[in-house]
Parts: sequence; structure tokens; C-alpha cells
Amino acid sequence: MGNKQTIFTDEQLDAYQVNSFCRLHGRYHELAPHLVPMDYTNEPDCKIPLALIVNMPELKENPFRDRIVESFSEDGMGNLSFNEFVDMFSVLSEMAPRELKAIYAFKIYDFNVDNYLCKEDLEKTLNKLTKEELTPEEVELVCEKTIVEADLDGDSKLSYADFENMITRAPDFLRYLVFVETDASKPCL
Amino acid sequence: MDSVFNIDIREHIPNNPLLYQPPSYDSLLYRRKSSTIGSKRRSSSRGRFGSLNSVKSGGSTIKRQDDIEKSLLEERPVRELAKSMKEKRAVRDQRSLKAQDLSDWGQWRQNTRRCLKRLKDNAEDRLSSLKLWRSDIRQIEARFGTGILSYFSFLRFLVVLNLVIFLLMFCFIMLPIIIIPYTSANITQNDQDHGSVCSVYPSSTRLGLVIFHEHITDLLSGGGFLEQTYLFYGFYKVDKIQYPNGTYNLALAYLLATIAYLLVSLIWIVKRSATGFKQNLVKDEDSFQCFCNKIFAGWDFCITNEKVADLKRSSLLYELRTDLEEERIKQEKAKRTRKDKCQIYSLRLVLNVFVMVVLAACFYSIYLATTFSQEQQRKQVKVNFIMDLIHEYLPSIVITLANFLTPLLFSVIINFEDYSPAFEIRFTLIRCVFMRLTSIGVLLFSLWSQITNCGEEPCLCGYNTALYSCWETRVGQEMYKLTVFDFIIIVAVTILVEFPRKLIVTYWKSGLSDWWGEQEFAIPQNVLEIVYGQTICWIGAFYCPVLPAICTIKYFLIFYVKKLSLIQNCRPSTRPFRASSSNFFFLGVLLIGLSLACVPVTVSVAQINSSRACGPFVNYNTSWEALTASVMELPHGAQTFLYALSSEAFAVSFFVVSCLAMFYVIALAGAHKRVISQLKDQLVMGGRDKHFLILKLLQAQRLSQAQPRASGSKSRSRGSPSYHTSFNSDFPEGLLLVHPVPNSSTQV
Repeated sequence: MGNKQTIFTDEQLDAYQVNSFCRLHGRYHELAPHLVPMDYTNEPDCKIPLALIVNMPELKENPFRDRIVESFSEDGMGNLSFNEFVDMFSVLSEMAPRELKAIYAFKIYDFNVDNYLCKEDLEKTLNKLTKEELTPEEVELVCEKTIVEADLDGDSKLSYADFENMITRAPDFLRYLVFVETDASKPCL
Repeated sequence: MDSVFNIDIREHIPNNPLLYQPPSYDSLLYRRKSSTIGSKRRSSSRGRFGSLNSVKSGGSTIKRQDDIEKSLLEERPVRELAKSMKEKRAVRDQRSLKAQDLSDWGQWRQNTRRCLKRLKDNAEDRLSSLKLWRSDIRQIEARFGTGILSYFSFLRFLVVLNLVIFLLMFCFIMLPIIIIPYTSANITQNDQDHGSVCSVYPSSTRLGLVIFHEHITDLLSGGGFLEQTYLFYGFYKVDKIQYPNGTYNLALAYLLATIAYLLVSLIWIVKRSATGFKQNLVKDEDSFQCFCNKIFAGWDFCITNEKVADLKRSSLLYELRTDLEEERIKQEKAKRTRKDKCQIYSLRLVLNVFVMVVLAACFYSIYLATTFSQEQQRKQVKVNFIMDLIHEYLPSIVITLANFLTPLLFSVIINFEDYSPAFEIRFTLIRCVFMRLTSIGVLLFSLWSQITNCGEEPCLCGYNTALYSCWETRVGQEMYKLTVFDFIIIVAVTILVEFPRKLIVTYWKSGLSDWWGEQEFAIPQNVLEIVYGQTICWIGAFYCPVLPAICTIKYFLIFYVKKLSLIQNCRPSTRPFRASSSNFFFLGVLLIGLSLACVPVTVSVAQINSSRACGPFVNYNTSWEALTASVMELPHGAQTFLYALSSEAFAVSFFVVSCLAMFYVIALAGAHKRVISQLKDQLVMGGRDKHFLILKLLQAQRLSQAQPRASGSKSRSRGSPSYHTSFNSDFPEGLLLVHPVPNSSTQV
């Protein structure tokens, strides 16, 4: 990892929140050393494909890893540029505000990207969470109850307003939507 | 009836982007800002079409020149905006351009603000990195999740609390005595009753040839050579110390230090539990939003280990199944006939009576054990080393045994009582808490009955001098023994039960190992253990000022023992313990322990006559008299004030005022709950109003159109499945809107 000044300009460093910014660049570079240049002062335009990002230790065990990466990518296919990569770590850090996390959480759970969490989205979420170990009747029941609990405008699907109203009451939400910073050099615990 | 008011439900509401508008993050901010800064124009111009990712010309606000300074200083930092990196940089450039328009004063203020914020962040970072065991706890959290994390951070809290209590006792009680030889100070201890039977305190140090194991007995029981040391109350036989500069009233300091450590503990615990309590108060019941929470806020993103991920998955599965089960039980309960109800209630009554009987039996055996142990110590019956130790530790052994067996009994009984699963867990815990804390109470009660009971006639010195020449030291010794034994048991169970269990289950596959299974880290039982230890510490700190230091070391070592056991032997529990409410539960139980600990201390300070042969209160009847005596020496004005504070009139009015305050706060909480449900209804109504209004608007449009429009419904562009929704494709062109449609150049 080189000197900060040779990779980024001061201005670029200034704009970012994440403390271990250069460590992130190191990790981004490690994912695809042949694609990612070391020198970022000219803001090169390169993107790492989904398949490489999803193997990162933070994402490897996460059932929503595909959706997480897709929701941070501009093209929606999961190819992240470095900015989007930093974005992802920034939102999923301890310091990101609650509203920011709620917005991205909504994106993550919206599988068909129609700005609503409909029943199919919920079923997919549940199946990813439990690796399809619930019976279809149980899945049906749980999705029904979820919609009943959170749906405020009565259209039997969750809009962002419904979702935000519900997620701010979830006590573990802020604590759970955080990556633990694993050092790239150490094997994960 | 006007057709405006009749909505045809079958009428299809076309896909209309106004309906899909999420309340954007920016509009949230600006709605908040408008109430603080007061420029309402901003919210209206920004709010409507500020969708998640359009920041550029279409959404930028029109700010007045004189609002710029205010807004720049109070705007959110760029990094907290919900935009991609490119857009954040664009916002930052915009702001820096505007900043250059500011006066020098404004710029300087802005820069200082930024610097201070950065300083504050750095300082917070440094402080949090100094926290004890930060990396260990992080490690535990990553592997075992947040439930067990809360146990270990609770343990850390207790270590720090005990350290603070010890520092308090050390600075005010021990330090003045320690520095006496180094300063030219005089000790005043007026021995009244010099030579009377009350002030005889035989030395307990062993004379002559002392066998080695007797030293160990002394060390473990606090007797012998340890008795007349700094460890126990009896050593501090000093009333006042005359320094060259002034007089230090040690008796008063002892009393006030005791009160101080109880108050400090109370305030610190209440402060720590304030956040958890707020959450519990606002939520209606535990089953509020339970499914949503599990699906959307159920997965812990910090899990990086495959095994932990599997465990989390299975625990989520278990939780969901339990919730479905609870639903089923609720429905069944509603179907219960009266006969069923009678049956169940009578069964519960019988079982509760049975539990009471068992508890009474336990308490009676603790009482017997204490009296027997005290007898043996008084008679100085020496059989051999092991028997001596058993006699000393008999109360501790009985208490530990009772605390081990009763939870097993409770968990069996609760299965017959037919409660819902959540209530079962809570009720068993309440019973265990009651058992643990009351057993200490029974021990102290039996000691008290021995101390104040002199047989037929009233006691000569106010306490039973025949048995105890220095009863406070004896109580201190009992507390010391309880602490030591508790620590030994925890370490012994870990080494002798948990490690072999792990070895058996891993290496010897048989029916036994299948049935026994791998160790689970049972959070509630472990928490009760350390709360029990902390209650003993609080009670014992008055009689044994060094006990808080011993407890600090004890909890420090327990941390490492438990961590080792956790990592080597345990798998995370499949019955997950909610992390959010667990903090509240721990601190609640701790608070119960603290209130229990206040009772014996209050009784012995205020009621039982203090020892004449030892301790700082030799010259007073009760320990409390030290305070009243020094109040007498205060100036007249202060005296009347303090007497007024302690009079009945003040007490009654204080009580009435606190009752009123409590009722007010309860009423406020009830009102908040009602407001929350009203707001929820309003949200629902707002959504329906939106639908209704748009439908009516479209109807009106359609009616007013002369010729049919060739609008058709262009399919919404699904090309880019990102969040930049296309706005202009579905509007019937004739629709007049208040605000212009955003430029399609905002899409990518």
C-alpha cells in the first residue's frame, strides 16, 4: 500500500468518511489486481464484476450478498466502481445515519426493483434467510403476517414509507446492518 | 350524491409516479430544517421530486442570499447524504462555491466548526480504543453475536464499577490511616467502658507452632491472621485523626463513604439502563412487529464465519417457528372452555404452592447451616483440615447447591403450567432471581438473629457479646467466604465440568454424548451468577472495605475464564436471547440486587448496636449516631435545615411529590402511546387520501378531455433496474401539476 498522496489527491481524501480509506483501496485492488490500477489520481473508470465482490469475507456468508452489491451499483448488475465500493462500506459502517441505512435496506430487499416490497419479494427474502427450510404454508403465513404488521396504506405491499416506519422501530436494525472490519491479511475468525 | 365522493373500487388506478414517491432523504432533511430555520419555501420546492438520486439542477433549492450562511453552517455534512460518490462530490463543489460568497466571518466559523468536529471525532475514537478489552469483546461479538456480547460488556461494567467503589473506600477510609506514620498525626480513640466486658476483643492470630494448612484455612475463611488487618471492619478502631492542619473524622467518613458507594452504583446503573428502558416503554408488547423485525432486521451483517452463519440461520428459523407456535397457542387459548380454564388455573395454583414449599425448605436449610456453622466456629471444634473448611463454608455450600438444583426444578415445573413460550422463559427467570437473592437474605437474617438474640434476658452490650466480640467482622468474614467460594465454584465448574464435557462430546461418540450435547452458553444463568456476586460485594463492602478490590480481581479473572470456556467449549444457544432487551434485563436484575443489598446495610447501621471492641464506631451506640453527633457540631442554621430535611413533614411531602411526579410520567407515557397509534392511523389515512385524490383527479381529467388521447400506457422503462425511476412516461399529457416534471437527464 503506497503513500496516501500517490494514490489520491487531498481533495478526494477529504470527501470521504471511512477512516480506513486506504485500506479499502487496498482491498478493492486485491479483488482484481489486474483490473484495478494503483494510481487513482486521474479517477480511472474501472468496475469489478459481481462475482468477484461477492467472495469478500464480509459478504461471503450473507444471504443477501447479491442484492447488496446490486443495489450499490449504478447499472444494477452488480459491477462496482471504486466510488460505489466505498459507498457500500460507508453505508454499512457504524457511523452511517439511520435514514441512510433504511434507504439502502429497502433497496436490498426489493428483489424486482419496483419500489415496493410485494409478497414475492418477501417470500424471496424469507427463503434466502432460512435457506428454504420453512414449509410453503409457513412461508405464506409469515409473509402474510409481515404485511399485516407493516402495511399502512392497505395495498398489501410495503412502500418505502411503510418500510421506513417499521424499520425505525426495529431495535437491532442499526446494530445489525454493520460490517465488522476484517483485516484483509488475517484469515477471518 | 356528487360523483366526486363515490369511488369505484374496481377502477384501475394507473401507474402514477406520484404514488410511488418515497419520502426522499433530502425532503426529510429539509422538512426538519424548515422547522428549525424557518424558511418554508425550501421544503416545498425541494420535497416533491427529490427522489433518491436526483440532486442536480432539477432538485437544487433556491436559497436566498441571507439564508446561505445559516444553511451552510447547519447543513448535514456531505458524507451523510444518501447519494452516490459522484453526486456527493458535486454537492460538495456546489457548497464550496457558495461558501466563497460568504463573508470572512462566516468562512471562519465554518472552518472552526469543521475542525472542532474532526477533533471531537478523533477524541472519541481514541477514548473508545482505550476501553478495557475492546478487541476481545469485538472478537466475541463477531463469532457469537450480540446476545453474548451484552453479557461480556455487562461484566466489564461491573469490573469498572467495583474499581470505582474500591477507590472510594480506599481514599476516604484506608488512606488516612495508612499515611498516619508519615505525617505527625494523632489518633483519638476514647475507649469508654475501658475494661468492661463489651470491649474485650481477643486476638485471633494463632500463637505457637502453626501448621501450614491452618494458614490456608485462615486465608480462605478470613480468620486467623487475616482478621485484624485492613481487610475487615474491626481493624479501623479509629474515631478521629488529628492532622497538623485539622481533624479528620474517620467514623463519619466511613459512614458517608458507605452511603456514597450505594448512591454512585444506583445512579450509574440507572443511567446505563435509561436507553433500554425507553425502548421498552414505547413498544406495546414483545410481539409488536415481531415478524417484520426478524425478516428485515434479523440477519447480522457482521457474521463472517460459516458456522456462525449456520447457527444464525437456525436460530432465526427457531424464532420464526416459535412465533408461529405462539400464534397457534393464542388461537387455541381463545377456544378454551370454562372447564379447561378451571383445570389449568387449579393446576397452576398447586404447582406454585409446591414451588413455595420447595423454596421454604431451601431457606430453612440455609438457616440451619448458618447457625450450625456459627456454632462450630464459636466452639472452635477442630476435627481436621477438610472438615474445618467444610464447617466454615457450610452456608456457602448449601446456597450454591440450592441455586444449582432449583432452576432445574423450575424448568421442569414450567412445562406443566401451560404458558406461552415467551412467558415461560420470563417466569422461570423471575423465580431463579428470587431464589438467588433471597438466599443471601436468609443467610443475613440467620446471622442477625444470632447477633441480636442473647437468650432470655436483653443483651448486655446491645448485641450478643458471648458469641461475637466484633460482629461486623464476623459478617464481613461470611461475605468474604461467599465471594471466595463463588469464585472457586465458577472456575471449578468450568474446568471440571465444561472441559470434560467438550472432550467427551468430541471424542467419545455414544448415547451419553448425544443426549448431553455440546455446552451452550446460557446467558441468563451466567448473568444471575455475577449479579449474585455483585450483591454480596455491595453488602460486604461496609464490613470488609477491601472486598470491592477482591471482586474487581474476581470479575477480571472470570472474564478470561468465561471467554476461554466460550471459545473452546460452547456453541451459541439455539434459543436466542434478544440483545435489545437483554441489557435492560441485566440492569434490572442488578437494580433488584442493589435494593436488596441496601436493606442489611441500613439495618446494621441504624438499628444494631455497633461493636464496642472494634471498628470506628466504638464511642457511639449505633453507627448512625456518628452522623447525628457531627450534625450537632454544625452551625445552628445548618442544623435546623438538616433537621427539617429529616422531619416527618418533609418526608411526607417529598413522598407525595414523588408520587405525583410518577403519576405524571406514567400518564405522559400513556399519552405518547396513544399519540403513536393516532399517527399510525393518520399515515394510513394519508395513503388512502392520496389514492383517492389522484383517482378523482384523473377522473376529472378524463371527463374534461374533448378527444381521446393517444397516450396509451407506455410501459415503464425497465431497462435500468436501478433506482432512477422514469417519471415522464406515464403522465397523461394533459395533467397539470403543481411542479414541473423533472428532467429526464437526471436518469442514468
